[in-house]
This record gives sequence, structure tokens and C-alpha cells, in this order.
Amino acid sequence: MVSDIFINALFIPATADAVSSSSLWQYFANGVSLGSLYALIAIGYTMVYGILRLINFAHGDIFMMAAYFAFFGIAVFHLPWPISFILVIVATALLGITLERVAYRPLRDAPKNSILISAIGASFFLENLATYLFSGKPKAFPEIAFFADTVVIGGVSIQIVTFFIPVVTLIFLAVLLYIVNKTKVGMAMRAVSRDYETAMVMGVDINRVITFTFAIGSALAAVGAIMWGTRYPQVQPMMGVMPGLKCFIAAVVGGIGNIPGAVLGGFILGFGEIMLIALLPSLTGYRDAFAFILLILILLFRPTGILGEKIAEKV
Amino acid sequence: MTTNSNPLLETQEVTIKFGGLTAVNNLSIEVNKGEIVALIGPNGAGKTTAFNIITGVYAPTKGKVIYDGKDITGLKPDQITRMGVARTFQNIRLFKKLSVWENIMIACHLRLQSNFAGAALRFPKYRAEEKRMREKVHRLIEEFGLSRYQDDQASSLPYGVQRRLEIARALATEPKLLLLDEPAAGMNPKETEELTHFIREIKDKYDLTVLLIEHHMDLVMEISQRIYVLDFGETIAKGTAEEVQNDPKVIEAYLGVEEGA
Amino acid sequence: MKKEDKILSIILIAGLFVFIAVADKFFNLYVQRVLNLCAIYTILALSMNLINGFTGLFSLGHAGFMAIGAYMVGIFTVPVEIRPMVYFMKPMHPAIADIEMPFIVALILGGLLSAFIAFLIGAPVLRLRDDYLAIATLGFSEIIRIVITNAQSITNGSLGIKNIPPVANIWWIYITMIISIAFIVLLINSSYGRAFKAIREDEIAAEAMGINLFKHKMMSFMIGAFFAGIGGGLYAALLGTVDPKNFLFVLTYNFLLIIVLGGMGSVSGTIISAYVVTAGQEWLRFLDEPLSIGGIAIPLFRPGFRMVIFSLLLMIIVLFYRDGLMGTREINWEMIKNFGKRFKLRRVKSGEVQ
Repeated sequence: MVSDIFINALFIPATADAVSSSSLWQYFANGVSLGSLYALIAIGYTMVYGILRLINFAHGDIFMMAAYFAFFGIAVFHLPWPISFILVIVATALLGITLERVAYRPLRDAPKNSILISAIGASFFLENLATYLFSGKPKAFPEIAFFADTVVIGGVSIQIVTFFIPVVTLIFLAVLLYIVNKTKVGMAMRAVSRDYETAMVMGVDINRVITFTFAIGSALAAVGAIMWGTRYPQVQPMMGVMPGLKCFIAAVVGGIGNIPGAVLGGFILGFGEIMLIALLPSLTGYRDAFAFILLILILLFRPTGILGEKIAEKV
Repeated sequence: MTTNSNPLLETQEVTIKFGGLTAVNNLSIEVNKGEIVALIGPNGAGKTTAFNIITGVYAPTKGKVIYDGKDITGLKPDQITRMGVARTFQNIRLFKKLSVWENIMIACHLRLQSNFAGAALRFPKYRAEEKRMREKVHRLIEEFGLSRYQDDQASSLPYGVQRRLEIARALATEPKLLLLDEPAAGMNPKETEELTHFIREIKDKYDLTVLLIEHHMDLVMEISQRIYVLDFGETIAKGTAEEVQNDPKVIEAYLGVEEGA
Repeated sequence: MKKEDKILSIILIAGLFVFIAVADKFFNLYVQRVLNLCAIYTILALSMNLINGFTGLFSLGHAGFMAIGAYMVGIFTVPVEIRPMVYFMKPMHPAIADIEMPFIVALILGGLLSAFIAFLIGAPVLRLRDDYLAIATLGFSEIIRIVITNAQSITNGSLGIKNIPPVANIWWIYITMIISIAFIVLLINSSYGRAFKAIREDEIAAEAMGINLFKHKMMSFMIGAFFAGIGGGLYAALLGTVDPKNFLFVLTYNFLLIIVLGGMGSVSGTIISAYVVTAGQEWLRFLDEPLSIGGIAIPLFRPGFRMVIFSLLLMIIVLFYRDGLMGTREINWEMIKNFGKRFKLRRVKSGEVQ
């Protein structure tokens, strides 16, 4: 068990240059699973942006809170993991809804910069709240035997969760696309995203759609947080910051407002990051810079992202 | 090419497409020095889009814009303004939270020679320039009857005054060509008539050439030497007021719209 | 400015000098340190307000620019002979190992380098609008920090630089603050400042008035970065040590809190707010200590409570008092005199009623 944690630690890509160069296959698996995690979080950004034209700066912190919820469910209250997972997902969705009610809804007609400041304030608040409630010290995410078990493939031992993550991501993506494209609430979401005012005039209950959007985005972040925790078993108040920023970038790369685009962007980012480390180990220290450079390149050369549509500004 | 040798402004077969929509198609207009020319047509005919192409807000998909003998196609709005083309906006774009005085002062900035350090440290050259700008703005404020509003926030002014301020601000950039986008929008007949005289007055005083978009036909017919009529991006007629008024295509375009509305 | 106001301003500055002299002589080190921090934060917040509040660019890169200035002072003012001790893990790069500069030179070079980096960053990002600009500048702020962390032979990496000569006393810091405020105020009240405000109000109209958007945004961004670098340099010389962790982007949120509280687009609001927030953060440290009244421990008070309050404050301001203290208004002599007059008037009036 202890050795498993040790292996986990090795799998944290920041130390990935410790892994032998023969395991390109392992990098591939790591890339796919990190990409899937990014994709899950990126969906939340892209959905909220699609509807409110707002970067939900606090999304990464929602993800962080979800990791704490999972930690408390399993390690402190000793609930069986399937039950605590469901509770975590519900609690995180509620947190997302509350965030929207408190920080964004009162400012819906305010200047854009005010909403942006409120989003930053909410993010700052959640980080400080977590530090206050749970202390700044990292906590060990509880190990779940089912996920942490390893299998040996081609001489490399890989955790089951590594395979599990992409599968879960694709299942959730399929469900989400079904909701958005085939259900009534999904139709309302698309309508609001296309034209806010018209949708409102046509009798779409905007508030309900927005609430639903935040609930889904946060729930997916919760799923991501649980899997993140099993993979990189450390929970701390600032853990959402970097994944949050990167996943926003993933959403932009894929085309903001576009759900399959967010998934694509997540994979590009996760995969690119792992490959950067694999192929150019001397740049490992710059891995967090990679995402931002990608962002700048995308914004300069294809600001609408890979799958995004063009939005013209009215004069 | 019909009229005289070198017009002040000329668009040569300008076309712009947004996605599948052709907003302006093969627009060729000429405005000679000292003229007042009107661009009319039903809503959505592409008039404001034409203005936006001339002033550099949009780059045309095809065609050229020639101003004062120079090809200005694809230049940026600020460059075009510096060359002497000023405009007003259909939906009034004043600097709402700034005062009347500041609004006009801002329009003087483009002729400033001093750099930021000279300005911040109040070098003598900058002081002299600032003094000249203030005098110019003061003159404009008096001339446009804005004295009593001088320190008021632009957004607090009555609608008609805002329109006047926008013209004053445009003039502060020292243009040769002035583009007015529906200057009489929202005005009653009396105000419109005053505006008509006013446009003539400033045109003579500042030696301007004017291109305007307008729906008030009284104003258009009285003031403009020549008229271009646009409909669905196409130029359907051009000529003097009488010529255009009696053109069956023009009548159809306008009646068609009225029926639809 | 009217002559009378000029005299009043001179009196104010003279009064400030007297205050500094008194503070320097009689205040204890802790109070001096808080006053110094307030002044440094004033420079940083005001320079951020130039970019965000006056020009309307939502930039979140200030912590990065501050880091550049701080490291310039850190790297080049540590005496050559003690550098091997500071750079004990990996020796300093030979190209710079023997270069030592006087504080003032390093300070100004730090500001200039910061402005230059702002120029490089600005070229791609200043074409972006609000939220994208925010993310991109925040990203660059982190990249600056990542580069600093990794360039160990120059910056000593994550170990940070210690033993920076603490030359920045209260005189240094306050004179720099006065110069910075004066420069920014004069700039804002010049034709360039009006152009910045025009961009903030309406980019399309500003461009139609012949204002080159990119050039003016770049100017504001670079001048803001310059003063952020200056603030960072003072900060390094005040603390005597720099470390990449000092410049996490959450530091920028602190400046954001200051300018939002003071008023985006108000110099006097920023100054007041910089003092209130900085001194408040210092003097509210007791919130982070366990507190017991009459033997009963008050459960709320423990580490982290202070920052919860401050982040909550940011939210409350933006939700309920969007204009902050001052909005885009300024305190000027006219206002103070009017206030005095009104006060007098009221007394006279109430006298009549009686």
C-alpha cells in the first residue's frame, strides 16, 4: 500500500523525468488520463462561457472544494466510496449553484469588469475559506483500492484509474451531449447561448437554464476532482488554481462555448504537457508555462478556437 | 467613371461580405471637394456599413477606398481620422462619463506633438500645445452653444445637444471630410430645420466636404447636391434630388419597405 | 491649477516631509515598516489603476512586473563578496557575478526592464479584450515567476535571494512614492491621460477620434509596469529578501482589492484605500491568532481568518458598492474647501434656527 503511494508519486508528471525513457507507452497513458481530467473541468468553463460570456474564475476552486468534500467523505466520515462520490457530486453541484446565485446573478446587468472582479473575488474567497477551514497544509487523498490497483502492461505497471479516467470522461461527455442536444432543457441552453435576449423574449426561463448549467459544470468538476485525487493524491487549497487556468485555456483552444471543443482542448493540453516532459525533460520546470504560451498562440492565430464559431462585434 | 477629375473621396466597387451575407455590393461613390452628398435607403440597406468601410472599421472584401488621391483601403480608423476624415455615429458614441469639455479635448489629441514624458512633465512645448488645444475647444464650445454644458457629463445632456456635441467633437479632429450618420435622427421638424442650416454653416466655415446618411427627406433634399440610394447593399439610383425622387426603383424600394413594415 | 491650490499642495507635501522626519525619528520599527508597506502598495496599486482603472485594460500581471523589479534589486545590490553564501546551491552566472550596482541604479533598471517585458507581453495580449486579457496577463505573470524559479544561476531559483541590503528606509520609500504619484497624476491630467480615459469609455469612438488604440494601451501598460517594477524594487530592499513565492498571482488580487475599494479610476481613492487595506491587513493580524475572552475561546479566530475577511470584502464591494470609495472622482482642494464652507454654512444656519 505504501509502495502504491510511492508509485503514485512517481506518476505525478512534475517528477516524470524520473521515469525511464523506455516507457513512451506510459507517457501516452498518462497523457490520455491527464487530458481527460482537463476535459472534464474544461466543460464547466465552456458551458458557463457559452451562456453568460463569463470566465468563471472560481471554477477551479469549485474543483478544489470537491476534492475536499471527497476527502472528508472517505477519510473522515468513512463512507463507502460509491456513496461518498454521489454525495460529493451533489454537494459540488449545490456549491456551483450557490456561487452563481451569490456572486454572478446580482451583477448580470452590470458592466463586464464588475462581473469579472466578482468572479475573481469568489475564487479568492474560496481559496481563503479552504485555507481557513482545512488549513494550508496538504492532506493525503484517501486511497481507493479499486482505483489504485496496478496492472502490468508491457513491463510497465499502470494504475487502473489511468484507464478508468478516459472511459468515465467519454461516458459523461456522451450523457452531456445527449442532454444538450436531445432534451428540452438542453434546447433551452442552446437557445440562451445563441441569443440571450431572444431566448428570454421567447419565454425561456433564463435563471433555470443558468442554474442547470452551473450544476452540470460543477458536477463534472466534482467527477474530475475525485479522479484527480486518486491519481495525484494530495488535497490543498490552491490545488484548483493551475488546473483551473489550464482548463480554461483548454476550453479556449477547443473553441469556447463548444462542448466537444472543450474535450478536444483538454486532450491537446494534457497530452501536450506530458509529451513536452517526455521529449524535452530539461523543460519540465516550464510545464505550467506551456499552457499559457498555447493560449497566446491560439488567441493570436485562431481566436475562435479549433471548433468555435466566429462572433462579430457590432459597431 | 463619370464626373470630374479627382474627387476627395471615392469608393471603387467596394463589396463586403459577412459570412454568406453581402452587406454592401459594388458600391462606387464619389464625393467632390466642397459637396454635400447624401446616402439614403431603407433600413438595412448597408449605409452604415459603407461608412464603416470608409472610416476603416471594416476592411472591404473587395474594392478600394481612395481619399484625397491616396488608397486608404484597410487602414485603421485612427489613421484615416488623422488624414482628415471625421465621423459621427448613428447611435451616438460620446465618452459618456466624461465632461463635454473632455470629450472635445480628446478629439484634439491626435494633433499633439509632445510625447508622454513631455506631457507628464509639462515641458514648455507641451504647455503651449495644451494652451492651443484649450483655446480651440473653447471656440468650438461657444460656437456650438455648449457653454452652459461645458462641465456636464456627456450622458446627462439632452438628446439634441448630444448630437451637436458629437459634431463638435468630430470637427475638433480638423477634418476635411465629415461623415454624418443620421444626424437628425430623433429630431422634430423644427430641430431638423435648424440642423440643416447648421450643417451648411459649418460646412462653409470649416471648408468641409460632407457625406451624410439620413432618413429625413426634407433635410436630404434641401441640403445635398447629389444623392446615392442603396437597397440591400446595391446602389439602385444616383443623381440630384429630383432625379432620385422620380426614379421608379427608388419609389419601389421605399414603398416595398413600408408595405413590409 | 490655481495659485492658491498650488500653495496648498506645497504645504501638504511639506507637511508630509515633517511627518516622515517624525516617523523616522520617533516611530518604532514595526510602525515604520507598516507605513513603508503602505507607501509601496500605494505605488503598486496606483500603477495598476493606471492600466485597469484609467485605461480600462483588465490586466492581472502586476505581481509579475513587481517580481522583475524586486529581482533586479535583489540580484544586483547584494554585495559581491557575500554572493557565494547566498547562491550556495548553484553559483551565480559568471557574466553577472561581479556586477554590483547602487540601489538607485538597480531600482530604475528594474523599472525599465519591467516596462520592456511589458512591451514584449503587450504586443500579443493588448489586442485581446477584457476577460481574455485578464487570463493572458495572469498567465504571463505566472510565466515570469516560473522563469525566475528556473533560472537558478541568476535568481537563485526557489531558494530566493537573501541578504539584500535593506537600504530602503522611510525617506527612500516616501520620496519615491511622492514622485510616482506626482508623475501619474500629471500624466492622467495631460492629453495622454484623456486619451487613456477615452479608450476606457469607448474604444470605437476613441479610434474614430484618431487615437491609436494599440500605442496608447501599450504606453499605459508599460508605464504601469515601470512603476510596478519600482514598487517591487523598494519591496525587495525593504524586506531584505525575495523569493518566487512572494510573487504568486494572488498578490495581484490584493492590488485589485485596493483599486476596487478606492475606485477604479481615482487616484485619491487608490491612495486612501492602499493605506486602509495594507494597514488593515497588518493590524488585523490578531484575527489569525486564537482569541479567548474571559477564558472562552472564540472559535472563529485562527490562521486564515483575516484573508477570508478581505476576500469577502472584495466581493461585498463589487456586489453592493460597485464604485468603491471614490468611483472615478477625485478629492481636490476645491472639494475640501467646499466641504469646509458647507460645514460653516450649516453651523450658521442652525444658529439662525436657534
